[in-house]
Amino acid sequence: MAGAAGPGSGPGSAGRDADDSLYPIAVLIDELRNEDVQLRLNSIKKLSTIALALGVERTRMELLPFLTDTIYDEDEVLLALAEQLGDFTGLVGGPDFAHCLLPPLESLATVEETVVRDKAVESLRQISQEHTPVALEAHFVPLVKRLASGDWFTSRTSACGLFSVCYPRASNVVKAEIRQHFRSLCSDDTPMVRRAAASKLGEFAKVLELDSVKIEIVPLFINLASDEQDSVRLLAVEACVSIAQLLSQDDLEVLVMPTLRHAAEDKSWRVRYMVADKFSELQKAVGPKITLNDLIPAFQNLLKDCEAEVRAAAVHKVKELCENLPIEGRETIIMNRILPYIKELVSDTNQHVKIALASVIMGLCTILGKENTIEHLLPLFLAQLKDECPEVRLNIISNLDCVNEVIGIRQLSQSLLPAIVELAEDAKWRVRLAIIEYMPLLAGQLGMEFFDEKLNSLCMAWLVDHVYAIREAATNNLMKLVQKFGTEWAQTTIVPKVLVMANDPNYLHRMTTLFCINALSEACGQEITAKQMLPIVLKMAGDQVANVRFNVAKSLQKIGPLLDTDALQGKVKPVLQKLGQDEDMDVKYFAQEAISVVAQRLRKLDFPVKDSEEHRAPGPDKNHFLRPGMLGEDTGKFLSLMSRQHKETERLAWLLRGQ
Amino acid sequence: MSSPPPPPPPAAGAASAAISASEKVDGFTRKSVRKAQRQKRSQGSSQFRSQGSQAELQPLPQLKDATSNEQQELFCQKLQQCCVLFDFMDSVSDLKSKEIKRATLNELVEYVSTNRGVIVESAYSDIVKMISANIFRILPPSDNPDFDPEEDEPTLEASWPHIQLVYDFFLRFLESPDFQPSIAKRYIDQKFVQQLLELFDSEDPRERDFLKTVLHRIYGKFLGLRAFIRKQINNIFLRFIYETEHFNGVAELLEILGSIINGFALPLKAEHKQFLMKVLIPMHTAKGLALFHAQLAYCVVQFLEKDTTLTEPVIRGLLKFWPKTCSQKEVMFLGEIEEILDVIEPTQFKKIEEPLFKQISKCVSSSHFQVAERALYFWNNEYILSLIEENIDKILPIMFASLYKISKEHWNQTIVALVYNVLKTLMEMNGKLFDDLTSSYKAERQREKKKELEREELWKKLEELKLKKALEKQNSAYNMHSLLSSTSAE
Repeated sequence: MAGAAGPGSGPGSAGRDADDSLYPIAVLIDELRNEDVQLRLNSIKKLSTIALALGVERTRMELLPFLTDTIYDEDEVLLALAEQLGDFTGLVGGPDFAHCLLPPLESLATVEETVVRDKAVESLRQISQEHTPVALEAHFVPLVKRLASGDWFTSRTSACGLFSVCYPRASNVVKAEIRQHFRSLCSDDTPMVRRAAASKLGEFAKVLELDSVKIEIVPLFINLASDEQDSVRLLAVEACVSIAQLLSQDDLEVLVMPTLRHAAEDKSWRVRYMVADKFSELQKAVGPKITLNDLIPAFQNLLKDCEAEVRAAAVHKVKELCENLPIEGRETIIMNRILPYIKELVSDTNQHVKIALASVIMGLCTILGKENTIEHLLPLFLAQLKDECPEVRLNIISNLDCVNEVIGIRQLSQSLLPAIVELAEDAKWRVRLAIIEYMPLLAGQLGMEFFDEKLNSLCMAWLVDHVYAIREAATNNLMKLVQKFGTEWAQTTIVPKVLVMANDPNYLHRMTTLFCINALSEACGQEITAKQMLPIVLKMAGDQVANVRFNVAKSLQKIGPLLDTDALQGKVKPVLQKLGQDEDMDVKYFAQEAISVVAQRLRKLDFPVKDSEEHRAPGPDKNHFLRPGMLGEDTGKFLSLMSRQHKETERLAWLLRGQ
Repeated sequence: MSSPPPPPPPAAGAASAAISASEKVDGFTRKSVRKAQRQKRSQGSSQFRSQGSQAELQPLPQLKDATSNEQQELFCQKLQQCCVLFDFMDSVSDLKSKEIKRATLNELVEYVSTNRGVIVESAYSDIVKMISANIFRILPPSDNPDFDPEEDEPTLEASWPHIQLVYDFFLRFLESPDFQPSIAKRYIDQKFVQQLLELFDSEDPRERDFLKTVLHRIYGKFLGLRAFIRKQINNIFLRFIYETEHFNGVAELLEILGSIINGFALPLKAEHKQFLMKVLIPMHTAKGLALFHAQLAYCVVQFLEKDTTLTEPVIRGLLKFWPKTCSQKEVMFLGEIEEILDVIEPTQFKKIEEPLFKQISKCVSSSHFQVAERALYFWNNEYILSLIEENIDKILPIMFASLYKISKEHWNQTIVALVYNVLKTLMEMNGKLFDDLTSSYKAERQREKKKELEREELWKKLEELKLKKALEKQNSAYNMHSLLSSTSAE
């Protein structure tokens, strides 16, 4: 296993007489050895504090050897240790001593638990950058070699991730050795190691000289891509992207394409899925010519694969694939070689495929232009708007803006409406929630008239949905609509309907009125708030349900900033004071909170501050921190802060008086 | 523009309708209710890829009607005929051919099991070819990505009507008195076994059951494949533990291993011990432990019965992986510990009593009553009781504090009653020690509290030191900075 740490190592050899002997290492180590895992974990997480207390020398001489020797612990502790050590270079005395960190990390890179090992490798990669080239060859490369020839698969797996960080800075002789080690890991007996090697193949290829890529990496790639285990083969597809980027077109055709073609038709769906999933990357890596000759036919096959997973993965890439085709001739290629397959997929048997298609198909509008969209895509959209699966319809509706840019939304509105209505009443509340979120967008695109006529009633119906999340979303939706259509529209179409609900027998609906007022007051402006909303809110203070009453308090607090002194002093304050005496604890609490905010507001109205400072007025929610009881402790802190700002001082004065 | 016809429909189609229907009830339908709707599905294999329609099968004459000269020829013809595969996801296609193949397979099963001397050397190749063609296939993606084997109905293999008969035929072939491994090993080789092992991931329990028996027979008859099979199972398990956490056939493979371990020769090879410590013990960490814990515990105990010196590392391993948050798993661990204690040797017991009883003392005071109850049941076990009595001066001090505490504090009356009994038993074992511990209990608690305070103090000082150092650094940087700026000003 690990060799000795650094020159002159050995616990206790130094530091006995150091200034910090206040903290003998024994005490700290005791903490790291505590019987309780949680305490051990805490100590390890503060390892940097311990190291700082010990100083760089004792950290090197005493702490690190201890850590190296005693690595047998719960994986959670080891994980924390592996993470800490990655940032330890400064604590052992800087880059010159970075190699001292290698022994414990080497042990960690050999443990069974993947998470720990991966973290150790990550830290090793980090530290490798801090090594000088000489130290790299003297300390780091030997470590990589030891790991690469370890007995148990874990150390060999870890080694795979370290080749690429030490290769670029190594001398030629060492480089050849590193390549040799990597080669042997690619044909390792254990599939776990081959998987690790395959997943690092692309990364390693990137740091190699071009000749080595051709002579050594390509054969490794071909071998891994024809491995007996599909879990290895699919990783080779990933590597294919990196390798393809490095080679010229001619080399690609000869060295890589036969394997890639084969992978696209692999007997395991997992491999085909990987090809579909990496399709855009592959397309970019091999360039336009090979794309046209090879990738498009392969893509056609993937689009009609027998496994839905593969089809869905391919469908996801349709838009990107089309976008990345060379502009010249793009339209013809899409129309003749892609679109026919897409037409089939609109009526696929698997809903995931259809959902995937609906999420990307609208993107084709901008690529194909107005005429093609109307002639070829529009019928597909219309069919999908009638699909039995709500997610399909939803995905179409949520991407309407793409169509809008190209042909305008009117073309669709006849089919759109029934689809929206149906989604609005879908049994799954998440579907309803999703459609609500598109309402402001739709309203903008369809116009006020169409909206009032067809969609307004839906928006109001959501306010009494039996799922809270829907009611909440409906409230926000109203606010956005008012922002879009203006206060006049609000006053005639929305506000009366909302206010009527204040008399509803269901208390949840009555509360919805309050939530709507909270959301709408600002958008509607002072006039509507004071004249129409406030009376209703005040009236509701007598509600028999406590939840309604404390929401009245909250609403009053919320709309307070929109009211003038008279209203606040004459109407709001008495009501709040009454609520402040309520028998219900929560009502009392929120009423008192509102009172303090309103009082503050009143003070400000008495001593108007400049408009420019208005926006810095403390928001109502800050008052959580100003509850009685906390005042005493915080005063001192406030004082020092506030002497600087006139306005803040004012607040403090009010607070103290209030006490 | 003509486009190719869509591929044959894969699994999910029908399922989607069922789900949306079930969710007409709004809000949060219970998982089990929702899942109940998705049952009774079957899946095809991933092998029907744009295969053109095939020629219809023609019925061949019955084997029993053929003369003995013709029989062998006809047998091979029938085997070849059975290599043709049919798409069972499409329940209306090729009905006639499917029926012919079914009948033929039935006939083949009967033929090899009732006749002697029919498995001649020349037939092996065709037999293995027919079996491979039918059972070796890429398993399709699971319909239900968050398949919970404990709650969900598995997806069944659609082509089971044929595959079942093929497995049956395979078994009869392997078990036939005429079967000669020396000839068969040319066909049943490492690659064959590798593919067979991959099938253990099948979601269909009926298939896994057949596979279990088949693999067991192969392990028994092909000595040359044994090491290979063990190594591959090893790899499957490691992948399961550290990479995917998903493999349907873990329980079946463990069952086979149970009987393999039983047959290990003594002394155990290093390879086998490594398998125990690096595969079987970490396997306890898996999420779906409940599905195969019985088989796993059996394997572990088998090892310990073979070689008692493994007891210490095994128990330490289990303690290392002891569940922190999953009470259900904790109960399973306690069950396994009891199984181990049942066969433990007193000398081995002494080696692990301290860490083990520290854990048991934690379990006893678990606020989950099933965990506490399971741990307290140890005191109903005569053998464990005798071990405790022998080592009472070690164990009582470890257990005392938590037992004393829960006898006063536990919310569950059953647990409190059980704890009283345990305390009584322990008191009878060593009354004097018990009295000493009772009287020092309070002092002990206070000492712990003091230690706790000291720890906090230590860390606070360390933090201060850290701050101080950081400040010093900052100051020196500041000094440097002001020095520089003053120099430049000059």
